[in-house]
Amino acid sequence: MLSKVAERVYWSARYLERIESTARLIHIYDTLLFDLPNSVEISWYNLIVINSLEEEFAERYSVKDERNVVKFMLVDSSSSSITSSLKSLRENVRTTRDVVLEETWEMTNELSMYVEENIKQGIGRKQRHEFLDHIIKSCQQILGLLFGNMTQGAPWLFLCLGRNLERADMATRILDAGASAYYQLKNDDGAVNTRQIILGHVLRSLNADQAYRRIMRSTVNADAVIEFLLENESFPRSIKFCHNTIQAQAKKLPQSKRLVSEMQHLENVLSAINVVELNAALRDHLNRLQICHINIHKTIDETWFSTWD
Amino acid sequence: MKNAWGNYTAGAFYDELISSPGNARQPAKKLLSHLRSFSEEDLSSRQQLAESTIREMGVSFTVYTEEGNIDRAWPFDIIPRVIGKKQWDKTAAGLEQRLQALNLFINDLYNGQKIIKDGIIPEFVLKQSKNYLKECEGISPPLGVWAHICGTDLVRDGSGDFFVLEDNLRVPSGVSYMLENRSIMKRVLPDIFAEVNIAPVDEYPGKLLETLTALSPRKIKQPSVVVLTPGIFNSAYFEHAFLAQQMGAELVEGSDLIVQDDDCVYMKTISGLEKVDVIYRRIDDEFLDPEVFNKKSVLGVAGLMRAWSKGNVALANAPGAGVADDKVVYAYVPAIIKYYLDQDPIIPNVETFLCYDDKQREYVLANLDKLVVKPANESGGYGMLIGPHSTKKERDEFAGLIKKNPRNYIAQPTLDLSTAPAIVGKGQLGARHIDLRPFVLQGKKSYVTTGGLTRVAMKEGSLVVNSSQGGGSKDTWIVDTEKGSK
Repeated sequence: MLSKVAERVYWSARYLERIESTARLIHIYDTLLFDLPNSVEISWYNLIVINSLEEEFAERYSVKDERNVVKFMLVDSSSSSITSSLKSLRENVRTTRDVVLEETWEMTNELSMYVEENIKQGIGRKQRHEFLDHIIKSCQQILGLLFGNMTQGAPWLFLCLGRNLERADMATRILDAGASAYYQLKNDDGAVNTRQIILGHVLRSLNADQAYRRIMRSTVNADAVIEFLLENESFPRSIKFCHNTIQAQAKKLPQSKRLVSEMQHLENVLSAINVVELNAALRDHLNRLQICHINIHKTIDETWFSTWD
Repeated sequence: MKNAWGNYTAGAFYDELISSPGNARQPAKKLLSHLRSFSEEDLSSRQQLAESTIREMGVSFTVYTEEGNIDRAWPFDIIPRVIGKKQWDKTAAGLEQRLQALNLFINDLYNGQKIIKDGIIPEFVLKQSKNYLKECEGISPPLGVWAHICGTDLVRDGSGDFFVLEDNLRVPSGVSYMLENRSIMKRVLPDIFAEVNIAPVDEYPGKLLETLTALSPRKIKQPSVVVLTPGIFNSAYFEHAFLAQQMGAELVEGSDLIVQDDDCVYMKTISGLEKVDVIYRRIDDEFLDPEVFNKKSVLGVAGLMRAWSKGNVALANAPGAGVADDKVVYAYVPAIIKYYLDQDPIIPNVETFLCYDDKQREYVLANLDKLVVKPANESGGYGMLIGPHSTKKERDEFAGLIKKNPRNYIAQPTLDLSTAPAIVGKGQLGARHIDLRPFVLQGKKSYVTTGGLTRVAMKEGSLVVNSSQGGGSKDTWIVDTEKGSK
């Protein structure tokens, strides 16, 4: 497999994942804000903070309201908006049509056309739900197509690397957002209830609520949610699961020694750490994980993509 | 219900579907009786369906003047063009004959030039040909074939006979659109395929792969075949990706390849360097190898010519094949066929005036308003003068160009190109001029596509069919009227 094609396939998977999680985030935020009592001051702007986009946002907007944030996440952000990720996805699929399935190109075109034609629905509130829902389903359709039909060779493995790294990273961001909102709450009468609501939405943002209930067999509480999202080995969006998958898939690729040992090291380090509380230590931990993810990307890039430069 | 066919007429031109208003030609009879049941609204909605299908399928091309837009949707008209099988078989034989002769000619030019010594073609024609490459002298590529893939432009005149308008032996494009047109058609008018005996077109990628594989210097079971593209900004990138996908070949850019000290070509993969046996290159000669040609080319691969001339890698088409693409050489093709094959050409040329000849030039200059003037070495319909549609200023400009560089211009009479009905406006039909580009392969065996890509000049009265200049396209049916329907 060509290095350049491997790189593009890897990025296709990352962008596809990014589109879905961004759509999911906006969607969940919508319902979260409905559920919270008026006294709670959690704003749309948190979405910008989660994705570390404060600077880019400030270049465009001074008012941090719903419309601006949603518009920024749907269209304006050049690195993280759904429109820009979709554009990047399409360019990567366009140039890898010889290895990804033919239908991927067609489905990507359909999704691009849909977003382009209906973007107003997403910015306004009335039809936002349908709009985002369509995007999420389209992403799942593409993923399902690849899962069900793609030959399990190198292109497939690079798709897996990209998807799982993006997922693990998104999980740290959503958990971090939850932790920050959780701690902004004043300890008044409603706080207990509100914390429940926040944790519930953290789970839902990762499509994890159903799996959580079945596996953890407990009510939604901070300790269990953290444990589940960090440590669970069978839920596909938990950080542990993503890391394990990266390690397992990397083993099947040529020249993967460096990445495999890096993942093994990470696993050893993480298993020695016991984070159970939604506190500042958790946020530091998540921060360190994000740095690890950057390094994993660097290793992937240096091993397979940019070796020839 | 309003029916669009009642008023359809092609006037004085030869129409592909009707012989006179209301009367279908034999091969088009079933198609027309089927289409007659369509109202204007039906036609219009099927046309819209075709257009949205094209956007979904992402069938696109690039127009260089539209900077940054690489996604112009492929223009397509849903009324197919129909040719009878009998006539097509004869035409296909003529195309194979022509390409065989041209390959013998190219091989001779680079190895001894017997045809010049025998006085069939004047030496200066060759000396001044922009596409003649000195670097290719003395080289004999595998099977003696230089142009493995040829796109030949055919036109019909008022009598309905086919003529060759030009041979494209460099990097002809359009075959992917021929294939996509058929799949669009099957989605848009599925019912019709059950009624008419339409020959399939989808053999092409397999035949192309066979042709390419046969060129491999390493006689191994699965030689490594790649498609070399200049990248996404090339007008035919869609086609490069499409063909790579259809053949299961790698789609590579120049930067993915490297020529090592052993003068072999390798590609840069995730497990190291892998040897490349055959390159279907879609890059012009000039940019192929910065060591030899354009030094500034970043599209090509340094050392590629070395690897090729040593026989370590096959290039299709071979460098230098474009010498037979020259429109002055074109005028000599009937003589070339006679010389090498001792046969009469099956498909005639369009009458051609060579401006380097004093007498012919005099005629051309005196009749610019009636002629089409073409530069000898351009493709894509650029730099042409269409006399009857030109202004005095344009004619004066061309007269100057011709006098300055007579070798570089040829002229042909304005042809009464045949027409076919096309959807114009909302479900209305209008006669539009068309041509046909079949694709011909030559390797161990020869192959001609079933039909080819029909291009349409979408503007009324226009003769310019190039997609880069507002042309459209149609599905092309070869119909066997002697066999019954399915």
